[in-house]
Amino acid sequence: MTTLLIRGAAPYGEGGPVDVLVRDGVIREIADRIDADTGTEVLDAGGLVALPGFVDLHTHLREPGREDTETIETGSRAAALGGYTAVFAMANTDPVADNAVVVEHVWRRGREVGLVDVHPVGAVTVGLKGERLAELGTMARSAAGVRIFSDDGLCVADPLVMRRALEYTRALDAVIAQHAEEPRLTVGAQAHEGEQAARLGLAGWPAVAEESIVARDCLLARHVGARLHVCHVSTAGTAEVLRWAKGRGTRVSAEVTPHHLLLDDSRLSTYDPVNKVNPPLRTATDAAALRAALADGTVDCVATDHAPHASQDKDCEWSAARPGMLGLQTALPIVVQTMVNPGLLDWRGVARVMSERPAEIAGLPDQGRPIAVGEPATLTLVDPAGRWTVRGADLASVAANTPYEGMELPGTVVATVLRGALTARDGKAAK
Amino acid sequence: MKHLLGTDGLDRDTALAVLDTSDGLKRTLLGREVRKLPTLRGRTVITMFYENSTRTRVSFEIAGKWMSADVVNVSAGGSSVGKGESLRDTALTLAAAGADCVIVRHPASGAAHRLAGWLAEAGTSVVNAGDGTHEHPTQALLDAATLRDRLGDVEGRRIGVVGDVLHSRVARSNVHLLTTLGAEVVLIAPPTLLPTGVADWSVGDAGSLVVSHELDPELPTLDAVMMLRVQAERMHGGFFPSAREYAIAYGLSENRLRLLPEHAPVLHPGPMLRGMEISAAVADSPRAAITQQVTNGVHVRMAVLYHLLAGEEDGS
Repeated sequence: MTTLLIRGAAPYGEGGPVDVLVRDGVIREIADRIDADTGTEVLDAGGLVALPGFVDLHTHLREPGREDTETIETGSRAAALGGYTAVFAMANTDPVADNAVVVEHVWRRGREVGLVDVHPVGAVTVGLKGERLAELGTMARSAAGVRIFSDDGLCVADPLVMRRALEYTRALDAVIAQHAEEPRLTVGAQAHEGEQAARLGLAGWPAVAEESIVARDCLLARHVGARLHVCHVSTAGTAEVLRWAKGRGTRVSAEVTPHHLLLDDSRLSTYDPVNKVNPPLRTATDAAALRAALADGTVDCVATDHAPHASQDKDCEWSAARPGMLGLQTALPIVVQTMVNPGLLDWRGVARVMSERPAEIAGLPDQGRPIAVGEPATLTLVDPAGRWTVRGADLASVAANTPYEGMELPGTVVATVLRGALTARDGKAAK
Repeated sequence: MKHLLGTDGLDRDTALAVLDTSDGLKRTLLGREVRKLPTLRGRTVITMFYENSTRTRVSFEIAGKWMSADVVNVSAGGSSVGKGESLRDTALTLAAAGADCVIVRHPASGAAHRLAGWLAEAGTSVVNAGDGTHEHPTQALLDAATLRDRLGDVEGRRIGVVGDVLHSRVARSNVHLLTTLGAEVVLIAPPTLLPTGVADWSVGDAGSLVVSHELDPELPTLDAVMMLRVQAERMHGGFFPSAREYAIAYGLSENRLRLLPEHAPVLHPGPMLRGMEISAAVADSPRAAITQQVTNGVHVRMAVLYHLLAGEEDGS
């Protein structure tokens, strides 16, 4: 394997610039000045911040089933360009990833593409129907080594099924990631239940439909001594519930999406379904509460909920449109805009919410590691002064459904390194 | 005016101009044997109805024909819409075929807004003839025209809107238009049939909005009452316990009519459920302005087409 010398980056944005020497996928030396031998690839990283590679617990790669919107290959490219070195591919594919055959296919395709570690998420219940448990143990013991199970897109609403799922996964060293949405409270729901949706005549998706499930699941997890992960926290009230549950020792972790940190339901007045997502964009007050909860650790990490959709599923009436938005390539800039620039997080904090905590939650031993000699060279190099304007058509995904079209965002990912290999550099994926 | 998508944001001057044009057209046509004006000759108006509606579609069709426009009716059942064509493709097709104005009724809130976006390049005007549970602006305009007929003016009047406000595009459009015109609107409904936070909505600066759950104490204070249709499926959705309980609490009976001041008319956007939200005797009484609303509907829609297609001049 070639030797890579990363010249002049500041790890975690702290201290002066250093040189980092990488050989055979491992950080061999960190010093103020390292001379390059012949044959060493030199990456000029002057002015850049070095962070551990990002880990996304929540990605929809759409393969198998909707390769017209995203494939494991195009999604891997988007991930690498976004600074990610590991992504978790959600189970709501067609066929559903509720068995070892599908999860092993996803895992193998990810390895073949080789731009990012693709870890399949297994479905909790057969066909995402919420009725009986999928073969969680078989998926956990398969080559894919599934450690996160989720019916994401749908809630495991039946309290008994959820209890059993939590209980059963204790033996698998795995975690259930819940899409918290009480289905009876969200029949026909189209937008956050509040003044905006009421004025626009869109059926409401009330905050309590999320909060009541999160509260129930925290109680269940504590009761059976299991771990719980809460997907895409979207309301101030959920943050309160999590604070309470963590305060009494419940083993619960939670993620927030970039779009729930930045956007709110004031965008809905155009009825453009590019803003339609599930859970829906909430109020500006909720977004502020989520930023505070991410800063103080109540919410553990950022996850993209990257959700590609075909143009015909977005360029239509609001109620006919599918929920979801692209997220992999815009996540870091939005974290910079909403958390770093206002002073809510420093770069050490970015490393925590984008890499270290998600790696811990997922139980990945070689991701989210310290930037230190002897550690895997799995890194993301960020230009904090960089700015770029989002163009959906220029993103690596097959689909182009970004709500940030035309928006200028701060912070660019200059290079991504996975176990010593450059997977993206200067806006181009390695393959 | 390029489009009429809603009354939310419709300014007072424009609304009054449409209402004045409507009055003028009514006076012009009054007693004439041939009720046809040449104003929109050569203009093409297409109605696209994705929901059944005899009254609104016919009203628009007559309005267009009395203005000498060529009116083409497209219904979802008998067109490529039934074959799964997207709303966008249908709209672009109709615009390419030469529509100057598209009048759309659609079950999705915001459908008219989406159409206006897709048709911006073609320059086609869009009239919202009812989108989901969002707005039905020409209904509010014809209600305002009827109130002006009965009360002289809307400004300073207290108007009750009774019933399923939550699912009512008529109520939303009336809230915005009547407050813009200076009325106080009282929404009267059980809490399950009111939109979230409605009491805090920002409405027209000239008027105000209040909410009540009791009909009887409000009736003596009203200058007009507007009864909304209660759809049977709402009852099955558990929004209220039974038709009987609803009729007892919110139905406009003959006895209740006596609580309403003498000068105050009863409006209903139709179709009525006699015995539910309104008794047959009230519906047929001279206090009811229901047929007057229908007549005004034609003139108001003529006025809307005039302002969209014949320029911004004063329409007298």
